[in-house]
Amino acid sequence: MKKCHLVLSFLLIAVFSVAAYAQSDETLIKNATIMTASHGTIENGSILIRNGKIAAVGKNSDVKAGPNAKVIDATGMYVTPGLIDAHSHSALDDVNEMSLSVTAMVRMRDVVNDTDINIYRQLAGGTTTIHPMHGSANSIGGQNVILKLKWGRPAEEMIFPDMPRTIKFALGENPKRAGNSANPFSAPGRPLRFPATRMGVEFTIREAFVQAKEYMAKWDAYEAAVKRGENPLAPRRDLKLDAISDILRGRLSIHAHCYRADEILMLINLADELGFKVTTFQHVLEGYKVAKEIAAHGAGGSTFSDWWAYKMEAFDAIPGNAAIMTRRGIITSVNSDSADLARRLYQEAAKTIKYGGLTDEEALRLVTLNPAKQLKIDTRVGSIDEGKDADLVIFNGHPFSIYSRPEVTMIEGVVYFDRREDLKRRELIAKEKKELIEREKKNAGQGQPQQPMPALPPTLSEEELDHGKPDRKQQ
Amino acid sequence: MNKHRTFQFLFAFLLASFVAVLMIPSPRVTAQQAAVYAIRNARIVTVTGQTIERGTVVIRDGKIAEVGASVSVPGNAKVIEGRGLSVYPGLIDSGTTLGLTEVGSVQETRDTTELGDFNPHMRALVAVNPHSELIPVARANGVTTALTSPTGRLMSGQASLINLDGWTWKEMALKPSVALAMEWPAAAAGRFAAFLPPEATQNLAQQRERQLTALRQKLDDAKAYAQAKEAREKDKSLPARPTDFVLEALIPVVKGEMPVIITASSERDIKGAIELADKYKLKLILRDADDAWKVASTLKEKNIPVIIGPVTEVPRREDDDYDLQYSHAAKLYKAGVRFAFQTSDAAYVRNLPFQAGTAAAFGLPKDEALKAVTIYPAQIFGVDKLVGSIEPGKIANLIVTDGDPLEFKTNVKHMFINGHPVDLSSRHTKLYDKFASRP
Repeated sequence: MKKCHLVLSFLLIAVFSVAAYAQSDETLIKNATIMTASHGTIENGSILIRNGKIAAVGKNSDVKAGPNAKVIDATGMYVTPGLIDAHSHSALDDVNEMSLSVTAMVRMRDVVNDTDINIYRQLAGGTTTIHPMHGSANSIGGQNVILKLKWGRPAEEMIFPDMPRTIKFALGENPKRAGNSANPFSAPGRPLRFPATRMGVEFTIREAFVQAKEYMAKWDAYEAAVKRGENPLAPRRDLKLDAISDILRGRLSIHAHCYRADEILMLINLADELGFKVTTFQHVLEGYKVAKEIAAHGAGGSTFSDWWAYKMEAFDAIPGNAAIMTRRGIITSVNSDSADLARRLYQEAAKTIKYGGLTDEEALRLVTLNPAKQLKIDTRVGSIDEGKDADLVIFNGHPFSIYSRPEVTMIEGVVYFDRREDLKRRELIAKEKKELIEREKKNAGQGQPQQPMPALPPTLSEEELDHGKPDRKQQ
Repeated sequence: MNKHRTFQFLFAFLLASFVAVLMIPSPRVTAQQAAVYAIRNARIVTVTGQTIERGTVVIRDGKIAEVGASVSVPGNAKVIEGRGLSVYPGLIDSGTTLGLTEVGSVQETRDTTELGDFNPHMRALVAVNPHSELIPVARANGVTTALTSPTGRLMSGQASLINLDGWTWKEMALKPSVALAMEWPAAAAGRFAAFLPPEATQNLAQQRERQLTALRQKLDDAKAYAQAKEAREKDKSLPARPTDFVLEALIPVVKGEMPVIITASSERDIKGAIELADKYKLKLILRDADDAWKVASTLKEKNIPVIIGPVTEVPRREDDDYDLQYSHAAKLYKAGVRFAFQTSDAAYVRNLPFQAGTAAAFGLPKDEALKAVTIYPAQIFGVDKLVGSIEPGKIANLIVTDGDPLEFKTNVKHMFINGHPVDLSSRHTKLYDKFASRP
């Protein structure tokens, strides 16, 4: 633990020292190839940043900075919007509240871990905004959080300003696992949990909405009575049904984990019947089979570039999924769902060009503007346009070349990752680490014996739920 | 199906009589039909020799017959016009479970891990499903050859080098038993270690010691078994021993004829593996080996190669450099350690070129990245006389691309395995075509 605190404190100091000068001044990035994600690519372009916002973007000759502006010469470099990960489980202390099949009352914003090293690693891969979600163990999971990866800042400052609210739903194999004996949660003797089938998943969601409607009616009656000047007894507050009511009122957006075409249609059918909308189908690996129906519902699709075959419902996944959905008019994004892929979303986007023939701009939108739309944050982020947050990545080459890497990542004009700084810092960290180890050796036996930590039952991560995913080596 | 194929061949044949440049018919060409192929006017990246900016490769009887700028196209050759295209040797993935697993979560489709700690007699090759849907997908980006390996045990079994085409696993086998795949016992309970009570940690340490003791015992037994066997071959009056399959399989290992591929990540485990190899004179290849760079000078001195990957794996320790895995190959290269890349999987073999390319984005020279998926693995697995470069006499495992095979935007246009053109369609391309055209 000490070691990691040491490293953290170093990173913090570095970030603050960088942050200090960027607070109010102007920054000009010039001579760059700017891939805007909204209006094409600008060669020999400049971006002027003022007070954390993009003040101007255009050709070098069209963008003028004040005399005191800090200038970044990006000759030979490419600038893209900060990358947005529409499906993450990073920076969380917990992922799955798996005790119940409906847990709409729990909130990921209450369990943000702002010291998760994955935040920094993802920044180093150009990712600036993530959507850490509840897990997929429940038919209706918890409420998600949207974070800006302001490494070194407290959790409250990472939470996206005026964060739109989203909630996780899950269909298919994962939510029905706890209903089957061969599930990863079942300790011996532990009772099975309903549902065990896709039929049961449909019912579980239906039941929750029907209950929420009855609950809303009770409150409506109560409020009407109050208005009439009566003194009625208030209905009992139910935080779970409050959340589902918010879905029906359009205040909480559904992001539904799904794989197979049949279950996608099931939820669309249920939504039409009960009067709610699905904002985004997550994973949606068979989205290409029912793209027409998803487009008609008006939902987005957030998928993997090339994951498949790790479980039965992923066996028909194809890497052309994002391209087919895009061509059918679905707002499509490519996400990570993993601490690894979230570090190289630009590579994941590039694969859709290979497998689906998308253009560079279409591919870039999959990890910038489109996930911003799916999360309803596109007025602030997702493209390089005047007035938007200065969340930017500078690559040392074309972001869709395998030989390129991010050099600088900034959020609201503040540099949170700079590869050159990172390389310099390594020597300092190594030196301090060595000194600490030597000091500990000298004091051997004189320190306090370490108390063993209490045995906590570990919760399952999404990777463990979906075992065999590529970021876990196959055993 | 057969009729369909015959028709396609006839069609291709008819086409041939009208057009000088032939399309390769998509179904597999069998040995009887395979004749002579020539890829002409292409850029030829031989890997081991000079790149030929415009030249011809002639394929005959499954082998590379001729390569050069002024090679003439034989009259009976089927010609592939290579203008604007490049020829590379087929890529080699140095660690997969290809053919041994189909769907990750469905136990019935997994044949990677046999019961028990000691399975040196288990052979991957005999369990390879040549008709796995994963194989055509694996080929899509240029991989023609893969090491497929049992996993998950102290001694997991014999890894096999297979070509990714063939009607049977016998036809696929390039080298049936390349090495004994081993996994060094885990030092701790991974990320849950801190939550375990002290007794549990102690138990794990004890279990590890027990396993290592058993491992040394097994190797001692194998040496004794080999000696006894040799002695009896010379003197039949000595008592015969019943066959011990485990020890029998270990004879080539303790004689240093068959290498061991040891999966070991931490510095301590890597050092342990090296010590074991020294003591028993094992021919060691390290796999995973996240900390190999820390012992690079030893690895160079002892000429121990490292199979790296996945390059895209998240660094294990919180205080690791963010690019630890990305830049590992560059560090080993600078230190003079031999290395090759693996995807360590079955469904993601097609990402092998991107593994190598990502290492190049973080300091590895591009030509070294290419070598680490072609000639280096061929050398490490002792098949560099057969594959890994474009040289006359080698097996014709070739790809024809429209660019650098490590780049995302490059497409593989043609593939030859054992001199036969290989169909580049897969479950994925078929599903794509079907649903992209849904009305």
